[in-house]
Amino acid sequence: MEIKLNGKWTEFPDDATVADVLDASGGQRPGIAVAVDGVVVRRSDWATAAVPKGAALDVLTAVQGG
Amino acid sequence: MDEEPLVIGTHKLSSRLIIGTGGAANLAVLERALIASGTELTTVAMRRADAEGGSGVLELLRHLGIELLPNTAGCRTAAEAVLTAQLAREALGTDLIKLEVHADDRTLLPDPIETLDAAERLAADGFTVFVYTNDDPVLALRLEEAGCAAVMPLGAPIGTGLGIRNPHNIELIVSRAGGPVILDAGIGTASDATLAMELGCDAVLLSTAVTRASDPERMAAAMRSAVLAGRLARGAGRVPQRFWAQASSPPR
Repeated sequence: MEIKLNGKWTEFPDDATVADVLDASGGQRPGIAVAVDGVVVRRSDWATAAVPKGAALDVLTAVQGG
Repeated sequence: MDEEPLVIGTHKLSSRLIIGTGGAANLAVLERALIASGTELTTVAMRRADAEGGSGVLELLRHLGIELLPNTAGCRTAAEAVLTAQLAREALGTDLIKLEVHADDRTLLPDPIETLDAAERLAADGFTVFVYTNDDPVLALRLEEAGCAAVMPLGAPIGTGLGIRNPHNIELIVSRAGGPVILDAGIGTASDATLAMELGCDAVLLSTAVTRASDPERMAAAMRSAVLAGRLARGAGRVPQRFWAQASSPPR
């Protein structure tokens, strides 16, 4: 299936979880947070939260600013 | 001489200078400036993470023992700001949020409608909200009523260095505020920061004035002194301004 990872359509297995997506794209590192279709997925739920086909998954972290 | 900490929500700060990390040429420059400023709280922005990992700013701030104040810069609506705040809380493990909803890229002025909407939702969700707002005394009160922990009126638009364009409005905000008032945005040089404190602000938040100065470390030290000077002067009770001279030496 394709999901929109940080704005870019990317191919993942149909049963991919949030943790699977992170492991394939930089890892489950500290200081990041994930939203799927505009809803925060808590870190404790990453391993079990399935990513729906066509979902928008955004991974955010802190950068210099403000 | 002034050891009263600034209390915001459950957080206590002995430095009344909050520094934004944006605009620094590199992390080494930022580190020297942060140390020279004596700040205990600094802002960071939330952005999409690339696969290469973070920018290193989190590691630097952790190393320096400086608390994080994530912002919602880049958000145009209340909904975007609320989601960004929730992501920041999840990523960084802090309930502090600098709420800023900009109306457009040219002025970067706060959108008052979206800001108030987001403030209500974030306060209800348990955030300690530092709200970036216009220097509007009426709106400042409304934001406090909405549950904001600190109101942060601008001195001038972000990054302009124009100083405090409407000192009377800042005084009006301070005179009616129930909680802390932090002058945010527009500071250009040390005297602007001093003026903010003399007007009664509880703290100053600035980035550009330090990070884009020719010598950020030196300007950070200047700002540290400026905030202290303004705080002391405010507490000392200045003399009234007079139209005619008043001799300071005894008459002959």
